[in-house]
Amino acid sequence: MDWLPALWFVLIAVLWCGYLFLEGFDLGVGMMIGIGRSSEQRKRVLLNTIGPVWDGNEVWLLTAGGATFAAFPHWYASLFSALYIPLTLVLVALIFRAVAIEYRGKAKTAAAGKLWDAALGYGSLVAAFGVGAMLALTTLGLPLNANGDRVGGPFAWLTWHAVLGGVAVVAFCWIHALAFVRLKTDGPIRARAGKLFTRWLVPAAVPLVLWVLAVVLRNDSAAAWALLAAAAAALIASLLLAIAGREGAAFIALGAMLLAGVAAIFTAAFPVVLPSTIDPAFDLSIYNASSTPYTLKLMSIVAAFGVPLVLAYQAWSYWVFRKRIREEHIPAAHEVTSVV
Amino acid sequence: MAVLPKTIEESMDALEIARWQFGITTVYHFLMVPLTIGLGLTVAVLQTLWYKTGNEHWLRMTKFWGKLFLINFIMGVATGIVQEFQFGMAWSEYSRYVGDVFGAPLAMEALLAFFVESTFLGLWIFGWKKLPKFLHLLTIWAASLATMLSAYFILVANSWMQHPVGTQIIDGRAVMTDAWAVFTNVTALITFPHTLFGAFAVAGGFLLGISWFHLYRRRRDGIDTVDAQGRVVVGEDLSKGRRRDEVDYQVWIKSLRIGAVVALVSFMGVALTGHEQAKLMFEQQPMKMASAEAACHDGTGFSVLTLGDVTTKGATSCDDVVAVFEVPGLLSFLANGDFTTEVKGVNTLIPEYQEKYGKYYPNDESMGQYAGQEIDYLPVMEVTYWGFRLMITFGGLSALAAAVVLWITRKGTVPQSKWLSRIALLSIAAPFGANATGWIFTEMGRQPFTVAPNPEMGGIDQVFMYTAASVSPTVSAGELLFSLITLTTVYAVLLVVELVLLTRYIRGGVGSAMPELSHSTADGKDQSAHDDSDDGDVLAFAY
Ligand code: HDD
Ligand code: HEM
Ligand code: HEM
Repeated sequence: MDWLPALWFVLIAVLWCGYLFLEGFDLGVGMMIGIGRSSEQRKRVLLNTIGPVWDGNEVWLLTAGGATFAAFPHWYASLFSALYIPLTLVLVALIFRAVAIEYRGKAKTAAAGKLWDAALGYGSLVAAFGVGAMLALTTLGLPLNANGDRVGGPFAWLTWHAVLGGVAVVAFCWIHALAFVRLKTDGPIRARAGKLFTRWLVPAAVPLVLWVLAVVLRNDSAAAWALLAAAAAALIASLLLAIAGREGAAFIALGAMLLAGVAAIFTAAFPVVLPSTIDPAFDLSIYNASSTPYTLKLMSIVAAFGVPLVLAYQAWSYWVFRKRIREEHIPAAHEVTSVV
Repeated sequence: MAVLPKTIEESMDALEIARWQFGITTVYHFLMVPLTIGLGLTVAVLQTLWYKTGNEHWLRMTKFWGKLFLINFIMGVATGIVQEFQFGMAWSEYSRYVGDVFGAPLAMEALLAFFVESTFLGLWIFGWKKLPKFLHLLTIWAASLATMLSAYFILVANSWMQHPVGTQIIDGRAVMTDAWAVFTNVTALITFPHTLFGAFAVAGGFLLGISWFHLYRRRRDGIDTVDAQGRVVVGEDLSKGRRRDEVDYQVWIKSLRIGAVVALVSFMGVALTGHEQAKLMFEQQPMKMASAEAACHDGTGFSVLTLGDVTTKGATSCDDVVAVFEVPGLLSFLANGDFTTEVKGVNTLIPEYQEKYGKYYPNDESMGQYAGQEIDYLPVMEVTYWGFRLMITFGGLSALAAAVVLWITRKGTVPQSKWLSRIALLSIAAPFGANATGWIFTEMGRQPFTVAPNPEMGGIDQVFMYTAASVSPTVSAGELLFSLITLTTVYAVLLVVELVLLTRYIRGGVGSAMPELSHSTADGKDQSAHDDSDDGDVLAFAY
């Protein structure tokens, strides 16, 4: 059963891919609504592109966290406790973001509406940044002692790795959201998203590529280099397709870039899940951080049944809401007035 | 283990702060949870009734209660994420020790329940006109059943902490050896219905209280009147598109009755399952039972009221406690199902615990300031004692309110008494109180353990973990304080926001959830209930 920890390493990589791919665009859409300067009507169009699906997307994060807990308890314990402060901020950001999506339309005054927009925009931004920082640190290392506990104080995590990962994910979410909005809307919004996408695609992908490069350089492997090359190729393909006006294909190519990039990172990092910057002997790897084969087997059975099911009904829900949204579709806001 | 040494005060603070934080965030999460579980099922049933009969009042009820359900649901989601992260962040030693067993139900909850909940709820909210009626009905059922499934998984995790089964200690860690035992833990199987009934009690009280309010206002505004026999004469007020018509009356009276019946049945449910739990507790956590009773000495009586010094801990001061009013035999009945078996008191139990699990904490760095200290096996007695009684009292009050309301409203409406209207408020608040105090009792009664040892079951008596050993070793008190203050502040603000919104939508009546009602003219039956064939409509619902 030696391959079980390796299988779970792959599965957790898959869960992170799913999270970044799916929640990637709804975090980006959140930033656009909250931080950009669109008209109210456009904001509502944007919000409705993710309305039915954002919560389901967020569960990918919970599942990645839960699966890490179950399959690699030491990884979960070390990483989450080491990043205590940034994760607290991520939690607050996710709370505000979720609540803002549901409540912004219920605001009575313009001032309250502005506050909710800020909550949505900055909530999305901070969450994307924090998740990026966490992923970069788990691939590039934290100061951990022999027990796997962080040393060096509450801010020991604050390195350029964290910043790079944070910026990479924020930029990716934003550009990915533009590709998504281009697919999901019609009218001026679609045209504008298309323009911005082609102009900014390459600069927005640079930090992500740098992060992949940083991991691959530390853990040289042919497979990782090949995946990095694939990511670069997908990026170029996405740009060319976008210029050619092939919106769907450009979106998929960008997604392929993400998958190849994340795959390159995890391939390079394997079998280490969380390096210690103090002493490589303290590295957490799939061998010393994992659960027992019994638990991993149980979880594998559950995943073999659960993951395809999730993919199937989530795909169905995207299909149900496949129609493009235009500003004209948005009904007038509904005033709630007291009847009693 | 190269855990960095820290000053004594610092580590004490860290543990205490981490516990406050866990307590506050979970109790808060559990304000939303029971309402989500209870209202979710309510809405699914109401929509089924509409699907079967086509009666408009069922549609209006589905939409109105569905709206409140959503406003609340989102807060449950937002606060649940904190719970999921907290184990790793603040309780890393705990996560390392138990992850092999405890992580599995958490991961399954996310994969098998949360995904269904969130995806199908999205389909339900936005799918009103997009999905065929029957399929749309199934989406709310899927979401509702998933909330209960998620409750099951998380309660399996929690029950394992109360009663660890299916586990061995290997290399100093708890390791799962029997998944079936973990997932069919007796404690989980009985906690699950107790918690579900508790959730239904919340929904019942919620329906009852809000419907009372609307019926009361209809009478106050002179819409409904009563005839000489006291029977209701239903009227209408259609001014300013308000739509307080006859269907509106049906909405409230039906909701009120359903709520009252649900509240009554749920109380019977919690009482029956609670009795089973008490029996289990007597076997599994005798100290929790004794401290819930403030019972120093062995005995059979259930004290209804106890006075004296139940606050100071320790075996000696316990003797100051005087039971003012005691029902002979009842404690024995609660614990054993008969009236004569003696239940062990604190004075008997403390030496037993000391003998089995040690008198002192291990003299180990990882225990921080608790290393080598004497272990206090007695939970905070005033909390367990009053927590238990308050849970039952709150539950009893809401059941009583429900019974009274059923009687008072038998002729079709509510009386115009301001004083009696307080019942409505009570029936909303009391079940929340019962749930919160129930959890506080269960969790604080488990102290000083996070994983309570399991005395009656041979081999695995040795699986236990002290709360003092569970906290993250190198997370500082300052960090914990930062998150405690931040989260508590955010939660306080959001509680106000949620209450304001709920109140606004409640006062808006059914129209707040059905814009089409206020737009259409008052020409009798509503047509929106029937034109669901509109395929070209991209957005049936929009944020
Ligand atoms: C008995 C039921 C119960 C209990 C004891 C808990 N929860 Fe909960 N939780 C639910 C029942 C529930 C629910 C009914 O399924 C919720 C409430 C609102 C919602 O959206 O789902 C939920 C939401 C919810 C979410 C968000 C899910 C989403 O995005 O859809 C998470 C991550 C958690 N919970 C995690 C936890 C953890 C780690 C707990 C333990 C400390 C916990 N919950 C206690
Ligand atoms: C939602 C319902 C729950 C409520 C209201 C609740 C309440 C509490 C409270 C009040 C405490 C603090 C006890 C103290 O410090 O003395 C606590 C602690 C704790 N509970 Fe729960 N709890 C709930 C569910 C759970 C579940 C489902 C789990 C596990 C899956 C859990 C695990 C813990 C842990 C790890 C601690 C921290 C250690 C401790 O202080 O005992 N709780 N809980
Ligand atoms: C006659 C009434 C009741 C009895 C005898 C009873 C009994 C119990 C017992 C013995 C426990 C502790 C289980 C343990 O720690 O091992 C418990 C916990 C709890 N009770 Fe009750 N209870 C009653 C009413 C209620 C009501 C009315 C509610 C809510 C509406 C409620 C909600 C809870 C909750 C949420 C818990 C914590 C979770 C759990 O352990 O199940 N209970 N109850």
